[in-house]
Amino acid sequence: MNRSELNKRLVSLMLVGPLFLFLVLFFAVPLVSMMKSAVSDPVAAEVLPATARAVSGWDRSSPPSDEMKAALVADLRQIGEDQLFGDLVRRLNSAKSGFRTLMPKTRAAALEAGGNIDLVALDRRWADPSYWQAVTVATSSTITDRNLLAAVDLQRDASNTIVALPPDASANKAIMIRTFVMSLTVTLACVLIGLPFAMITASVDGWKRQLLLGAVLLPLWTSLLVRTAAWFILLQDRGPINSMLTYLGIISAPLPLIFNRTGVIIAMTHVLLPFMVLPIFSVLIGIPKNLMPAAASLGAHPVRAFLSVLLPLSLRGVVSGALLVFMSALGYYITPALIGGAKDQMISSVIAYYATGAANWGMAGALGLVLLAATMILYAIYLRLSSDREARP
Amino acid sequence: MNVLRVAKIVFGGATIFFLVAPLIAILPLAFTDSVFLNYPIPRYSTRWFVELFTAGVWQRSIVNSLVIGSGTTVLATVLGTVGALGLRDRQLSPVLAIIKTIFLLPMVVPAVVLGVGMQLMFARYGLTNTYLGVIIAHTVVAVPFVVVNVLAVIQGIDRRLEQAAASLGAAPITVLRQVTLPLALPGIISGAVFAFATSLDEVVLTLFVAGPNQRTLARQMFSTIRENISPAIAAAAFVFIVGTILIAIVLNLSRRTKATAV
Repeated sequence: MNRSELNKRLVSLMLVGPLFLFLVLFFAVPLVSMMKSAVSDPVAAEVLPATARAVSGWDRSSPPSDEMKAALVADLRQIGEDQLFGDLVRRLNSAKSGFRTLMPKTRAAALEAGGNIDLVALDRRWADPSYWQAVTVATSSTITDRNLLAAVDLQRDASNTIVALPPDASANKAIMIRTFVMSLTVTLACVLIGLPFAMITASVDGWKRQLLLGAVLLPLWTSLLVRTAAWFILLQDRGPINSMLTYLGIISAPLPLIFNRTGVIIAMTHVLLPFMVLPIFSVLIGIPKNLMPAAASLGAHPVRAFLSVLLPLSLRGVVSGALLVFMSALGYYITPALIGGAKDQMISSVIAYYATGAANWGMAGALGLVLLAATMILYAIYLRLSSDREARP
Repeated sequence: MNVLRVAKIVFGGATIFFLVAPLIAILPLAFTDSVFLNYPIPRYSTRWFVELFTAGVWQRSIVNSLVIGSGTTVLATVLGTVGALGLRDRQLSPVLAIIKTIFLLPMVVPAVVLGVGMQLMFARYGLTNTYLGVIIAHTVVAVPFVVVNVLAVIQGIDRRLEQAAASLGAAPITVLRQVTLPLALPGIISGAVFAFATSLDEVVLTLFVAGPNQRTLARQMFSTIRENISPAIAAAAFVFIVGTILIAIVLNLSRRTKATAV
């Protein structure tokens, strides 16, 4: 590499530097904090501060010292909320099973007696170093897989093995399946409308093509919120669609279009359709115009020529468009939140609920991680496909 | 063959109708006299526009949107343009290729995921419920549009123009100011417009990061639709749609004149 080349590279790096730093700070760091909140569980260290200090000097094998026991009793007396105590027990039990019975017993004894109590006399288990090792682990390490497991409806049972959550407590898997099914439905609807539309657009030129492209670009440029608001107004029980159908005598009672699945799918298809049409269109206009006549001149029936020439060639655009639509649909929040009912909320709504409603950052982070991973995998596939296309002549 | 032609016209027409009709159908509702968003419109009036521009919450949210939108536009345009200048080579080194992917990533990451992360991080640094925080959040998602738009234009600039300027003795900074930036201007302008539009339309990050004092127009529209729908929504949508069409026309014209000038 010669000097001027090196210089040029240096200049390039200096130019991208500010934006890179900005995005590391305000894009990467937030995502990392979200991931950290998914796997961090500082409850033991926070609830048992004196114990944490006491066990930090312990060699983890000798019999537990009196100082450690006293610290634990003192900490247990400090815990005011039952909720917090429950979190602590769960955390300790995930490190070693047995705490689920041991802790409530110890806490009750600690609260009853005023002064120091003999833990070993209360329960032999407190003489066992392995229980203290668990306390040490829980107070020193703040990493947990509980939220990640709960995000996919799993938990650790009393013996610390991973099992499924009871059916009444498991809602996340159902929401993920729903998100997947809704996104897939929207993607299919977009393919069914977008592919023929892109083909028509590519087959005409002049003002006709301008008109067709304009019809795709106008909604694309219009605010997402406005488009959702438009559908909200249109789909109402007494909105334009229902009044028109009633006026025409097609229906007698208004069709339920809003706050249900139908409405969300219609609105999301409308919002995402441009992302399907444009990639297919850009592939189609790259196909030489004489291919179809060539197929015809070789005796292929138009249907056959379409099926074996044009359709396979446009498939690349369909795959790109489908990935783009599906990926965007997975993370949709505004449209389902406004147009859907309680049974049409997708994973983003649940994340928003955990974060802003329940202030359960661990669960918000864990579900966010699942959504982020799914999106990134799809995006990587999309990038791979589009760079393949660039590489081809 | 005629059947195919008819099918094409019918299908094309139906799809255009599906794409455009919803946006047109709500325009007249902005001028309703009633408190309901229904057809037929009993009497026409501009009362909801008056409401939009004079009622305290709406007026304030419009001002907030303009302040935050302007801040975002300036920050995103400066950062995005400088960043794009570093990525202008057609053959990027592996490091720069990765950086380019990173620059475009905020377009892809689901807004709610980013919102949760930003709320967590911004709370730590006292950025939640501040204008600066909202501007930063909006800039993160607006900056890819600037990078894409500026890149599209500067990759088309003939490098010999800059080499010619340099060979005539212009310092690198002069070349940048007198040659490169003026040629990149159409891309910078459309990038800035996209950045402003992104900020104007952004709801999710605003929900997570902004406080009641930073309520933007989009945020206000979102909660109005959610809580008590009023025709002020249609009026706001009217302003948005007409604004979009005007901006599209302006951008198109500026591109046309540029094309004829070169």
